[in-house]
Amino acid sequence: MANEWPLWEIFIRGQHGLNHRHVGSLHAPDAEMAINNARDVYTRRKEGVSIWVARSTEITASTPSDKGPMFDPAEDKIYRHPTFYNIPDEVGNM
Amino acid sequence: MPSLSDMNTDEVTKLADIAAAEQTHDAHVTNVETRPAFFEWLCRMGDTTLILGQRLSEWCGHGPALEEDIALTNTALDLIGHTQLWLGLAGEVENEGRSADQLAFLRDAFKFRNVLLVEVPNGDMGVTTMRQFLFDAFHYELLQRLTESSSPRVAEIAAKALKEVSYHVERSTDLVVRLGDGTPESHDRMQQALDILWSYTGDMFVSDGVDATMADAGIAPSPDTLREAWLARVEDVLDEATLKVPDNAFVHTGGKTGKHTEHLGYILSDMQFLQRAYPGASW
Amino acid sequence: MYAQNVDTGSKGVRGADELSPEEAAFQARIDDNIKIEPKDWMPAAYRKTLIRQIGQHAHSEIVGQLPEGNWVTRAPTLERKAILLAKVQDEAGHGLYLYCAAETLGISRDELMNKLHSGEMKYSSIFNYPTLTWADMGAVGWLVDGAAIMNQVPLQRTSFGPYARAMVRICKEESFHQRQGYSIMMSMVSGTPAQKEMAQDALNRFWYPALMMFGPSDKDSVHSDQSMAWKIKMNTNDELRQRFVNETVPQAHYLGLTIPDDDLVWNEETGNYDFSQPDWDEFKAVLKGNGPCNRERLGARIKAWEGGEWFRDGLAAYAEKAAKRRAAA
Repeated sequence: MANEWPLWEIFIRGQHGLNHRHVGSLHAPDAEMAINNARDVYTRRKEGVSIWVARSTEITASTPSDKGPMFDPAEDKIYRHPTFYNIPDEVGNM
Repeated sequence: MPSLSDMNTDEVTKLADIAAAEQTHDAHVTNVETRPAFFEWLCRMGDTTLILGQRLSEWCGHGPALEEDIALTNTALDLIGHTQLWLGLAGEVENEGRSADQLAFLRDAFKFRNVLLVEVPNGDMGVTTMRQFLFDAFHYELLQRLTESSSPRVAEIAAKALKEVSYHVERSTDLVVRLGDGTPESHDRMQQALDILWSYTGDMFVSDGVDATMADAGIAPSPDTLREAWLARVEDVLDEATLKVPDNAFVHTGGKTGKHTEHLGYILSDMQFLQRAYPGASW
Repeated sequence: MYAQNVDTGSKGVRGADELSPEEAAFQARIDDNIKIEPKDWMPAAYRKTLIRQIGQHAHSEIVGQLPEGNWVTRAPTLERKAILLAKVQDEAGHGLYLYCAAETLGISRDELMNKLHSGEMKYSSIFNYPTLTWADMGAVGWLVDGAAIMNQVPLQRTSFGPYARAMVRICKEESFHQRQGYSIMMSMVSGTPAQKEMAQDALNRFWYPALMMFGPSDKDSVHSDQSMAWKIKMNTNDELRQRFVNETVPQAHYLGLTIPDDDLVWNEETGNYDFSQPDWDEFKAVLKGNGPCNRERLGARIKAWEGGEWFRDGLAAYAEKAAKRRAAA
């Protein structure tokens, strides 16, 4: 269809100041409407959130063939993974 | 999305009791002198948001795009939420034990006090969008003034509603501009919608004895004082949307005193069916 | 389920020695529970099957808005109205997430919509049944959402990343759907005799269509074997149906309602309820388009789509103009 609204990737940062996180995608005719639609679809209008939108076609992703070199080195840095650490139960969730 | 309380327990009753105990003291609520006018005015507020919410909810599942379907429903949900607050307070002021639900589901058309604009059928998305914009622009001005109401309860409801309505008006303004200045077809449909709706807008600014009592008590502004700001905004937006304000200066009035279009009867027969068919049942 | 009878194009699951090196590596990743992502290599049949399955699931969500949306304007209290509206809105959202997941496989949402409208793609049989009374809002939430959850919870672990992530979000949002349905049923059975009668009638009409949602027995189906090997189907239809019956029967008893099945009996040996199968000829007829509401449901979707074309085009045209104006400035 000639006039199909383009697809946008939606990133939201919540009130707690963590990084923007990819939450999903949606269709919209342009960036401004993508932001409004994201408020309706993905935040159901919660206040205090920041929204980024990016055209899906503008996102460059690593290709699977790069997977070896790009991701292997991190594999031995297991301290980057939370499950590396044994946390006593008394401490509770971390 | 409104947060939903757990209805499988008696939590709801408990929460209601707590809410009632925490209720702000408001001398207007028990003032016998202004009671009839205050009740009437609250019905005008609650009936208007109810009927518009009801109209918008007709779109649920039938919207022109999923994103728009969801957005329209958010607006409908906001308006139904406002209705619960306005009619809930109306019941308290009336002091005859009627709940928001009893007011919504057990009054007939001549007892409804909504403005005529909101009962106009949805038509196409042009009519729905234009109706929303013309109403939002009014609703926004009104709520802004109501946040300064001498009635703390009214001011509280208005402050909550204003947050949501600020977004409603932003969104409907944006859509009117885009559709007005979109394709020739979308432009024509928006112009047609405006031509259909324009004569119903005057009803929102009609001011009568009820409004005078409310204004004297400092509870609510007289609606005619809102028209200038409304018109300025509407003209700006329509201009940007390349749409023309109709020459027709005729004004349909009567909604606020119970003189409605034929459409309201059908809205109510749909909306009130269960409460009427099974009197006294609880749901 | 929301995706019923999905054709995998397979003639049976092939042994490890029959797979090409790429296929073998692909299957090994799935067996290791590593998610397949859109840019990864995948067999053409996996891609095609997933488009069918996710597309059908998405269509079911948006067609599924209709039987309940039907009652939004007639809900008996303001609170029930808001709850039902929020629920039907969620279904639109779930359709939206699923279409986006399908799009990562190289098909557009508009293409999928067109396939729905032309009848080339299906949606769940359950939504072709009418909602006659308010008790049906209870029965749909309780039984239909209850059946859907049986399938959707395991699908959070499905092999295709975007599908699994959409299911995680959907399951989280859906947690209140079944409860609101059951809460309607509880109000009805503790209400007037007329309300209780209405509740029993709704259960009578929705019981077998709900059992049909899981699809016919697939213990000998080649499609099912292939889908399970690919981890895009996590359980057999019969397993899920049995689990549903086992969970639902005590819930019906708690309500004081009778399951419309004279042969329903607890089987000590198997630890399951024995129950009657639904009428599979009726199921086939509904899938072929001869259910009580097929024409209305598809008609409503087509009307919304065609009636909304000028709206979508108008907004697209404005966006294009505005971009040109910005570029010129």
